Amino acid sequence: MLKYFPIWPDQASTFAGNVDALYVFLVLVSVVMFVLIGAAAITFAVIYRRRPGVEATPIEGSTILELTWSIIPFIVMMIIFGWGAAIFFEERTPPRDSVEMYAVAKQWMWKFEHPEGQREINELHVPMGRNIKIIMTSQDVIHSLYFPALRVKQDVLPGRYTTLWFNATKVGEYHLFCAEYCGTQHSNMIGKIVVMQPAEYELWLNGGNNGRTSLVSTGQKLFTELGCSTCHKSDVQGRGPMLAGVFGKQQLLQDGRLVKVDEDYVRESILNPQAKIVSGFQPIMPTFQGQVTEEQLVSLVAYVKSLKADASTTTAQATPGQVK
Amino acid sequence: MATAAAPAGSNYLTNGSSVASWLLTKDHKRIALLYLLSVTFFFFIGGVFALLIRLELLTPQGDLLQADTYNKVFTMHGQIMVFFFLIPVVPAVLGNFLVPLMIGAKDLAFPRINLLSWYLYIVAGILMLWTLALGGVDTGWTFYTPLSSQFSRTNVVLAAVAIFINGFSSIFTGLNFIVTIHRMRAPGMTWSRLPLFVWAHYATSVIMVLGTPVVAITLLLVAFERLLHLGIFDPALGGDPLLFQHLFWFYSHPAVYIMILPSMGIISELIACFSRKRIFGYSAVALSSIGIAVIGFLVWAHHMFVAGISVYAALVFSFLTYFVGVPSAIKVFNWTATMYKGAVTLTTPMIYAIGFLGLFTIGGLTGLFLAAIGLDVHVTDTYFVVAHFHYVMVGGVVMGYLGGIHFWWPKITGRMYPEFWGKLAAMLGFVGFNLTFFPQFIVGYLGMPRRYWMYAPEFQVWNVLSTAGATVLAVGYLMPLIYLGWSLRYGEKVGDNPWGAVGLEWMTSSPPPTENFLEIPVVTWEAYDYEHIKEVPVVY
Amino acid sequence: MSTSETAGSHDLALRHQFVDSEQQRDASSMGMWLFLVTEVMFFGGMFTAYLIYRHANPAAFMAGSLALSVQYGAFNTVVLIGSSLTMALGVRCAQLGQRKALVGWLIATILLGATFLGVKAVEYTEKWENHHVPGPTFNFDTTKEPSTKDHPEAQAPSKSVEMYFSLYFAMTGMHALHMIIGIGLMSVLAWLSWKGMFGRDYYAPIEYAGLYWHFVDLVWIYLFPLLYLIGRRHNF
Repeated sequence: MLKYFPIWPDQASTFAGNVDALYVFLVLVSVVMFVLIGAAAITFAVIYRRRPGVEATPIEGSTILELTWSIIPFIVMMIIFGWGAAIFFEERTPPRDSVEMYAVAKQWMWKFEHPEGQREINELHVPMGRNIKIIMTSQDVIHSLYFPALRVKQDVLPGRYTTLWFNATKVGEYHLFCAEYCGTQHSNMIGKIVVMQPAEYELWLNGGNNGRTSLVSTGQKLFTELGCSTCHKSDVQGRGPMLAGVFGKQQLLQDGRLVKVDEDYVRESILNPQAKIVSGFQPIMPTFQGQVTEEQLVSLVAYVKSLKADASTTTAQATPGQVK
Repeated sequence: MATAAAPAGSNYLTNGSSVASWLLTKDHKRIALLYLLSVTFFFFIGGVFALLIRLELLTPQGDLLQADTYNKVFTMHGQIMVFFFLIPVVPAVLGNFLVPLMIGAKDLAFPRINLLSWYLYIVAGILMLWTLALGGVDTGWTFYTPLSSQFSRTNVVLAAVAIFINGFSSIFTGLNFIVTIHRMRAPGMTWSRLPLFVWAHYATSVIMVLGTPVVAITLLLVAFERLLHLGIFDPALGGDPLLFQHLFWFYSHPAVYIMILPSMGIISELIACFSRKRIFGYSAVALSSIGIAVIGFLVWAHHMFVAGISVYAALVFSFLTYFVGVPSAIKVFNWTATMYKGAVTLTTPMIYAIGFLGLFTIGGLTGLFLAAIGLDVHVTDTYFVVAHFHYVMVGGVVMGYLGGIHFWWPKITGRMYPEFWGKLAAMLGFVGFNLTFFPQFIVGYLGMPRRYWMYAPEFQVWNVLSTAGATVLAVGYLMPLIYLGWSLRYGEKVGDNPWGAVGLEWMTSSPPPTENFLEIPVVTWEAYDYEHIKEVPVVY
Repeated sequence: MSTSETAGSHDLALRHQFVDSEQQRDASSMGMWLFLVTEVMFFGGMFTAYLIYRHANPAAFMAGSLALSVQYGAFNTVVLIGSSLTMALGVRCAQLGQRKALVGWLIATILLGATFLGVKAVEYTEKWENHHVPGPTFNFDTTKEPSTKDHPEAQAPSKSVEMYFSLYFAMTGMHALHMIIGIGLMSVLAWLSWKGMFGRDYYAPIEYAGLYWHFVDLVWIYLFPLLYLIGRRHNF
């Protein structure tokens, strides 16, 4: 029966059980409510049907009843809210040890890039049991990356990064859909996610991997080619801020604001360098808008993230106010 | 006083038969009928698109239509149904006809603006049909940028202008109702004596007046971006696509209440009349309408939980969304309780009302699924959402509307619809509706995204059921068109108050005279006072 | 539809749907105020966009603002405030039943409104010639523009300044459109006043047109500082 009338998507991530439990709870609440109201309506319609000589009994209303059927549903709703919020917090908080993959969406294609430099189109191979974080952006319109079996979905926006994370728990191939309408071939912007045993995943990664460079190395190469390294020096302070160790920290800006150095800030600083100038530096960096593709940007971001601070420079960098 | 006394036996229908007497009329009742014809027209245009969608989705492959044709079909289905049917349908037809009658006024406060509203609607409708003739629009009814502002190669500007103009029609209708309800009530018609239908229209009008201008300017900015390169939503200029979504949903979420509140007003009237009782908890039901209108303005971003808003914003909007759930629940409970110890007759309108209760309850409860953020991440943008809003907007609004049309049909035309066919259509509609949309909850939870032209084969069985249901539903909607048309000529003449209802609208003749009441009534009783008023005299 | 109520007062214009003229007055004044509420919401959408983008790009907004001419803006502000005065005087004359003076003030209002639009047209033309109109021809290099090159705090990418000008044209354009509608309205009313349509007993349309006119002025009173003056805080 269920083979022909499927009602349950595959459960293949750590979220799936919790999301489905909340769903079942809500289905039960709904059934109870619906049966109560339906039964009451039908019963009243039958028992109190209009009969000659029998008048309706006038009833004004009842404050106690009004309060009861406001407060009880409200309490139930707050339970649902809390439960949903708890799941959401988890879905939106990628663990620190996540493997970071990148996705660039365009009409009508998904491009994925593994940290090791492996690239895929409309297909994403991931190891089972690892926390995977996908950092995504779009080259054109809004898309949305959706894995029903993993119960996760996140819109992918042009001009900024959004993220999504999961931990797949079952080996197999599952749907990958674009869930935000994106134009003519929206329903063809689909693919699959392949969850593999970690060992097989390693094999897959290495298969045909002769001479492939990792994302970080690609970024590093680009960093030199584009001339970034002439100002952003790795050992001494150049005309631009030193980048080692800044990722994830708070940065003091020229106008006194603080900004967290995240993927979006790095991206913005490459494309729109004058938007947020680090305190103590001149707005001399040219824009790279139109000169780097989204995929190249992704590798640059990955490279900047990979730069760890030496012990000797950490102090100077952590308090940017001192840098002159 | 103002017009020459109409000859005895004359009513608003017989007062002039020339084309001009209809097209230049300032009589709210005639304008209501103009709207009735035009929204019905657009309903069936939108319905044809719905059938095309269902036919295409019968099989997983895209075999009936091309991908871009399909996209245009669902876009036009949405735009026509939302802006040209659901938003105007109850206020502009039944509200227009009944609000002045129910409060004992001779007309709306601004009859000429009322006529202007209809003309704006028609101009907007013609522009929409023109858009259609030029090949339609493929942005989805939501016009999300930058797809709509930069990437779509279709006539987005024309469609946006059509909806902009239609917005003014809606604004003027709302403005007219608010002023009328404030300033034109008959002596003794206090706020606490207003029929709940009028309360619901008041709440709706507030939303129309406050919300519509925002979507109007938003769509205009999209048009500016396409025409004049003013890149307010252009990501290349630092424009934020989420700003568009915020502005759009600031109107378009409350717009859901523009659609459903007037239908809720109808349900209150129907259940009171056919239970022969005052509505249980009159003030709770009245205030819940206002509550929905106010809170409805604070929840728009629950359409955007996965759009890229912050976790904290999502939490707040999820939390507030549950506050809209409470007044909606209050209404459902009070309607059910009204039937308790009543004297219930299951006429066609009452069957529609009970059908509304069932469908709206499902629509409301599935709203709880979508408001639970962690679960919404999975089901948003899937068919679960499609099913949910059809339960509210079609199951709710259309059931209420059809119930109302049947209930007031003898008032509007002076003739009765055929009861047997009425009941049959109501039940067919209920069954067909559930068959069409219930499978969509399941296929949505399975993960079928909305707006898909092709889909994975395992989704097919539910889509086949849905398409089968849609044909039943179509019959359920076509039948009233036929027998109501038939009854215009052959329907039984049933006198002024066939239901023995107590609203002021039943105290004038059916059809009412042009001036509504020969003398302005003085109200000395509470609303729905079935206890004391057994048989209302047609005195006015 | 409308008939004379009593002899002596020419055409009181009590419409059929109202019981008495007090109800009619209350209703129409409420309608007008509600309409202004919708207008507030209409402009509110654009002001929201302005606030968000200015917060995100303060330097670009300062740069764009520096490129506007405060002289033109200030002149236009004075012109509009003056037109509100002439409008108010017009309403006063309508209430007193002074037909010729009413027509005179309405024409003065129209002329001031037209002056405003004329100055706006000059400004728009200059923007066009300087390539400050968003679109393919837009060009604004904050390091080279005479208005911004000496302002280190107003250095921003051209694209962000283009956003400022997008908002500038959207907001002032919608405002100008409201002015044009207002002038059309005034012209009709001036003509009707000339024909003696309004008097001591019936001047509501003049009053409501006045409300509309004051509202459009008020929008400008917000637009002027938000668009023209934000970059100049140090210079005062």
